[in-house]
Amino acid sequence: MTREKIISEIKEKLGGKIKKFRDKSAGRVYIDIERKDLAASARFVFKDLGARFNTATAADHPDSIEIMYHFNFDRQALIVTLTVYAPKGDCAVDSLLPMMRGAEWIEREIHELFGVDFTGHPDIRPLLLPDDWPKDKHPLRKSCVLTDYNNEKAKRKKEGQI
Amino acid sequence: MSHKVTIPIGPYHPLQEEPEFYKLVVEGEKVVDIDVRIGWNHRGIEKLSESKSFDQSAYLVERICGICSTSHPLAFVNAVEDIDGIEVPERALYIRTITAELERIHSHMLWLGLAGHFLGYNTVFMWGWRYREPVLDILEAISGNRNNYAMMKPGGVRRDIDENEIPGYKKILNDELIPALEMFKGAVLDDPVLGARLKGVGILSKQDAVDYSVLGPTARGSGYDIDVRRDEPYAAYDRIEWDVILREEGDVFAKTVVRILEMIESVKIINRCFDRLPGGPIDSMPKQVSPGDGIGHHEAPRGEVIHIVRSDGTNRPVRHKVRAPTFMNFPSFKKTVIGETIADATIILAAIDPCYCCTERLTAVNHKTNKMVYDAQKMIHLSHHKTWDLGKSMGFSDKELIKKMGKKIE
Repeated sequence: MTREKIISEIKEKLGGKIKKFRDKSAGRVYIDIERKDLAASARFVFKDLGARFNTATAADHPDSIEIMYHFNFDRQALIVTLTVYAPKGDCAVDSLLPMMRGAEWIEREIHELFGVDFTGHPDIRPLLLPDDWPKDKHPLRKSCVLTDYNNEKAKRKKEGQI
Repeated sequence: MSHKVTIPIGPYHPLQEEPEFYKLVVEGEKVVDIDVRIGWNHRGIEKLSESKSFDQSAYLVERICGICSTSHPLAFVNAVEDIDGIEVPERALYIRTITAELERIHSHMLWLGLAGHFLGYNTVFMWGWRYREPVLDILEAISGNRNNYAMMKPGGVRRDIDENEIPGYKKILNDELIPALEMFKGAVLDDPVLGARLKGVGILSKQDAVDYSVLGPTARGSGYDIDVRRDEPYAAYDRIEWDVILREEGDVFAKTVVRILEMIESVKIINRCFDRLPGGPIDSMPKQVSPGDGIGHHEAPRGEVIHIVRSDGTNRPVRHKVRAPTFMNFPSFKKTVIGETIADATIILAAIDPCYCCTERLTAVNHKTNKMVYDAQKMIHLSHHKTWDLGKSMGFSDKELIKKMGKKIE
């Protein structure tokens, strides 16, 4: 299968589900889709087209969390990125774990670091953070300040406690 | 009647190099379930990177892992160059390839030694680590460092290779390393004891390899033919001839074979790079990074490492995601360890060449008090305390111990 064939198949199959299609370079294609279409689109790319699930990246925006799923077509040197936006009020997307086991850890990581809920993930325990980490504090959100420790120390120093 | 017992391994143990925690559930000798906990050493590299300039981030990601200290920077500069297609001089591409391949040899050599050690075959450990030294010597001669080479920067490399020194490097590689690798090839592949311990153990089928999206030698040992160096060539990998090593069996032995043959292949790549090293500048001095997304990957010794960088046109990344190969290889334990015996579990766990410092990128802070759980002083105190208690139990008096340790430890 050539690069063009893959792209035309994706365009044909996903059709109306595509909100934005960006052909950045020979090796990089970015596709924005609706949240509800994520599982079906990912299934098509992973199962039917035989892509390799690489990883997912989340990024913080003022009113939503953007999640990018990167799929590799190794032989065509192509990385197709499916992007969904989860609004902060209702921060949940479907888990892709049932179809690809490789998504298990990355979904746990995004869940704790960005506070995104993955509907259907059977085991959403913390992966990297300690078990007693506060549930409402997500370290990679821009609003999260991780210098509390230093600030606290400076304050106590100023007050003459240290 | 079944009787399940949980065996905890870790998180801290004198024999483990890095903190990790495996919960093995066993029934008799047989492992029936496994759970892995990581996060004992998370350092927050991704968050930290958002406060560093693109040049500084290359140094930062180099410190993710001492073993892969070329892999992470190389993937990162590939990502930055991918944002708007920064040109890299030809000579720099060759130098990148040489450092990356030298790193692969020393990393595989380290793994081979450890694998021998886990099997109780310490001769392999001694030989493996002995022949890792000449490779580190070459790296030190090129970059000035045994680890953390600081070679990569967006747009090129930081240090040139002196043409007069190349014959010396080639002599080490061809006269010292190749005979050693041939010896390993013979000794490991034909050894009946290693065959008995490794063949048919911890099998990962090709379908499982695809489902779990495993990478590197773990994938190639299961017949899953992926290698970024060939599939999406970067650096000078498309300018020279080399082969991808593939085995179908999927057991620990296949992964060992893949790694040993890959080292020989790496020497070939380095030799050819030295022969064809073009002249010219080593750095294109990019002035600015345009806004946009960039994805860069590199076939690290353990598998593909990928960096995803988003720039907003300033000198800092707004988002920098790092995915190390062990992150994908780890969950495949559910398939390889379950059903095997405890004695085989160690080598199966080691077979993916797990690297925790890559997988975890934050310090343990108690959120109620905002204090670090253990700081350096506390650790030193605990250590002194242990020595004191040990001395007491051995029958030393307070006076003798104060004389030895300088003060009374409470």
